[in-house]
Amino acid sequence: MIEIRIQKKLTAALGEMLLDINTNINKGSLVTLYGKSGVGKTTILRILAGLLYPDSGKIVVNDETWLNTTTKINLKPQKRKVGFVFQDYALFPNMNVKENLLFALNKGQDATIVNHLIEIIELGELQNRKPDTLSGGQKQRVALARALVQKPSILMLDEPLSALDAEIRFKLQQYILAVHKEYKLTTLLISHDISEILRMSDKVLELEHGKIIRQGTPNEVFNHKELNAKFQFTGTIIEIEKQDFLFILTVRIGKDLVKVVADESEGEQLIIGDKILVSSKAFNPIIHKIG
Amino acid sequence: MIDWEPLILTFKLAFITTVLLLAISIPLAYWLAYTKSKLKPICETIVSMPLVLPPTVIGFYLLIAFSPANSFGNWLNNWLGLKLVFSFEGLLIASIIYSLPFMVHPIQSGFTNLSSSLKDMSDVLGKSRTTTLFKVLLPNIKSSLLTGIVLAFAHTIGEFGVVLMIGGNIPGKTKVASIAIYDEVESLNYAAANTYSLILVALTFSILLAVYLINGGYLKQFKND
Repeated sequence: MIEIRIQKKLTAALGEMLLDINTNINKGSLVTLYGKSGVGKTTILRILAGLLYPDSGKIVVNDETWLNTTTKINLKPQKRKVGFVFQDYALFPNMNVKENLLFALNKGQDATIVNHLIEIIELGELQNRKPDTLSGGQKQRVALARALVQKPSILMLDEPLSALDAEIRFKLQQYILAVHKEYKLTTLLISHDISEILRMSDKVLELEHGKIIRQGTPNEVFNHKELNAKFQFTGTIIEIEKQDFLFILTVRIGKDLVKVVADESEGEQLIIGDKILVSSKAFNPIIHKIG
Repeated sequence: MIDWEPLILTFKLAFITTVLLLAISIPLAYWLAYTKSKLKPICETIVSMPLVLPPTVIGFYLLIAFSPANSFGNWLNNWLGLKLVFSFEGLLIASIIYSLPFMVHPIQSGFTNLSSSLKDMSDVLGKSRTTTLFKVLLPNIKSSLLTGIVLAFAHTIGEFGVVLMIGGNIPGKTKVASIAIYDEVESLNYAAANTYSLILVALTFSILLAVYLINGGYLKQFKND
């Protein structure tokens, strides 16, 4: 189990903010930090990794104290067993893919894990390429593999998938879930994408202004919106058309474009680019057998 | 035929200065780039002073400091057997101080412009500071290193005021090319002055051109990897 109790004063976009986190994370679970940007999600991961120091608090990972400000214990990042995938991937530009993975090995660690990771994350064809010749999704896979080389106690992923398109995103979610199970990791993920969270996580911590405002399973957290729909999808508005008293929204859901009707009060609050949840309580779906 | 000694001396001085400066500047630039110490602005100012001070000022104070008539110069002379005034060693120390900003600045900005996440990642991967420095940071700021090396080298070749103050004009010991040119002009020996000058112009042009070609990536097309 991972016990996190931390306080840190941050200077956020809207003035000072107190990051105040108090939570426990079960070993082997996949937990998502969810919330707007600037609520302190990345800061929490950086504090866990030892790259930032909180003003006060303690972190205990599987009975080992990583940080305790009262007893002045503070393990350096080098001593903490974490795998971290940064938002910008941070692949070393001077090394090729395989060298990036080999560099991550601990002194005296058996190098067979590198080959194993190259195999399960399907990097075989990329292993001699330099990072600047890779696409976003490929870099992401390399960064994921590199984070796993040392067999960390905690794997942390800072918005790993936000810059990728839907198809690659889905594939990478599968990779993450696969390694999470294979290496029995405790995984912490930052994500904004509700469908991704529903698909992947065991637990969600929803943050607002430096504090956890809600936690629980994804269903518990996201069903607070008094919705009990049979069907629901999230999508992005790409067009808004006003017709008399109605608005017609064109919404991109996954790879499909869907037209949805919104009434005047709903439509006026929306702008292009908004993420919306489209749901329906009672309707009669048409079913076609396709396979 | 001209006397080659001043030219050889100049390049010997520039070469040794550059090698020593590189060894000094990497840790110094690293510290300046990553420290949060309150002393940083003061250190940065000291490093940059030779950029704005007239070289004669530096030369003058070094001359005073190294002079055996003075307690520090005396101590150097008695305890270390170093006579730094009007000697090659003195010239070397003066050159190092004089060219310091030209080596430190490019390396420091190389470090600062490098994404901080590379260093953070190396820390997370458990690597020591020296491993991070030699395996991650330095290989990714090669062009800054090259710029620093070349600027320091070229700047040392072009040094005049400092040399004149602290080195004087001793053939084979402190008479470098820039002094030799001055000397030839003083004795109305324009042909020799012209030869020295032309050699310096041609050499510095080729050195700088090579740097721009390498840093601008023009040579990449000839490489196979």
